Amino acid sequence: MTGPRWAMTVDTRLCVACKACVLACKAENAVPDGFCRDWLVEETRGEFPELHAQNRSERCNHCSEPPCVDACPTGASHVAGGGAVLVTHDKCTGCKACIAACPYDARYVHPGGWVDKCTFCLHRAQRGDQPACVSVCPTYCLDFGDLGDPDSVVSHKLRERRFKVLHPETGCGPNVYFLE
Amino acid sequence: MTGNLEVVTTRHNAAIDPVLSAWGWEIPVYLFLGGLVAGLLILGAGYELLHPDRPRSRALRAMPFAALGLLSLGMLALFLDLAHKLHVYRFYLAFRWTSPMSWGSWILLLVYPVAFLHGVGSLTAGQRETLLARRALAPLLRPLLRWADRARRAVLKTSVVAGLGLGLYTGLLLGTLAARPQWNTAVLGPLFLASGLSTGAAFLLLFRLDEREHDFVVRWDVGAILVELLLLGAMLLGFAAGDRSAQHALYHLMGGPWTSAFWSLVVFAGLLVPLAMELIGRRRRLPLAALAPALILAGGFALRWVLLVAGQASSFREFP
Repeated sequence: MTGPRWAMTVDTRLCVACKACVLACKAENAVPDGFCRDWLVEETRGEFPELHAQNRSERCNHCSEPPCVDACPTGASHVAGGGAVLVTHDKCTGCKACIAACPYDARYVHPGGWVDKCTFCLHRAQRGDQPACVSVCPTYCLDFGDLGDPDSVVSHKLRERRFKVLHPETGCGPNVYFLE
Repeated sequence: MTGNLEVVTTRHNAAIDPVLSAWGWEIPVYLFLGGLVAGLLILGAGYELLHPDRPRSRALRAMPFAALGLLSLGMLALFLDLAHKLHVYRFYLAFRWTSPMSWGSWILLLVYPVAFLHGVGSLTAGQRETLLARRALAPLLRPLLRWADRARRAVLKTSVVAGLGLGLYTGLLLGTLAARPQWNTAVLGPLFLASGLSTGAAFLLLFRLDEREHDFVVRWDVGAILVELLLLGAMLLGFAAGDRSAQHALYHLMGGPWTSAFWSLVVFAGLLVPLAMELIGRRRRLPLAALAPALILAGGFALRWVLLVAGQASSFREFP
């Protein structure tokens, strides 16, 4: 495949769940009140005193085998350049099949009548900028780049660090990686 | 269930958190009416294909037109559910083979002409004369009637195929959404088809039928209910044998929040009681009370309602 293969890494050791990514996304993409395209998860496992905590900045995983795209009856949900999963507002009927199909619950109905979600800030990536969430992260825990380029930051991090993806058992091939 | 795990999320997307409620009352209503229409088409056409003469009762003859009305009601519910209603035409500018909803929207278009031809061919000689007497209708109706009569068996077979497609698709619509563990079972397609057959039969039994027609419909209804019970058993066994998410789906119906609705409305009042009533009614040659069909119809709606609501409350996010 030619062209980029966009992916994101989230360093769970650096994330402090400050929510700057959420606010940056809301401002950049005019996300309406009461909704969000990215969010924070604070997870604590184990029993005291053996506790293990993890902070994760989560969003659409821009899956390689996106079930939301398969479920869409009109072709509004589609895989755009670099593997980003997008919704064409004009084609969306708001039938919500994609919402039910997403194992990450990453989509919501925009008050305008279409289904909305993270776009990997493709409009910024196309002009060489980082996604809004990545650009404001104060701990530099977020990285975005081309998995097809062995010299990209995300390729480097995935070579050097242990990582996991969310719910690999769904078989969707998520492209947001959580460094541990 | 996971005492050693605590998850806090800042997410607050309405209609998704804490449980997904993307689909409201419109979808179970549509799934119910779609299944009912599928059952009507299969039974109506099946009766005529298996018996040499055309249906005698007025109810069975008018059935295709009732199916059209009920399907239109279901499509109205579907339309009301759309967040962007003006974009409804988009369904018919694309065919996406991976999307059951896309298959469904095209199957619905096939059902209309087939059911109409099925109904036109079932008109009695008297009804035809009355209609042909209207000068405005005659030029259109005469060739239509001729064609519907000549291609009668082909129309009936297409009616059965359209019914099978419609009934299966209403289940597959949910069954292919693997992101909801409650729907992640291959049983839903045949289960909704069997339930559609049974609710279609129940709807017909609300009206006066010829004795042979009545026997035929009751026999099929009993068969459909037995198949439905077997499939429900298979579904529960499948969940019991599955992973954590499947176990949770099982818990929803066995001890969890939808247990009483599922067992009392769907299994007991919607299947077992009317099944017993129909079996006793057949053996003792008692006239069938309207209660059994009414219970089956209510149970058929309850099945879709419970599975839809429980499905939307089941998510992989519960198992981080």
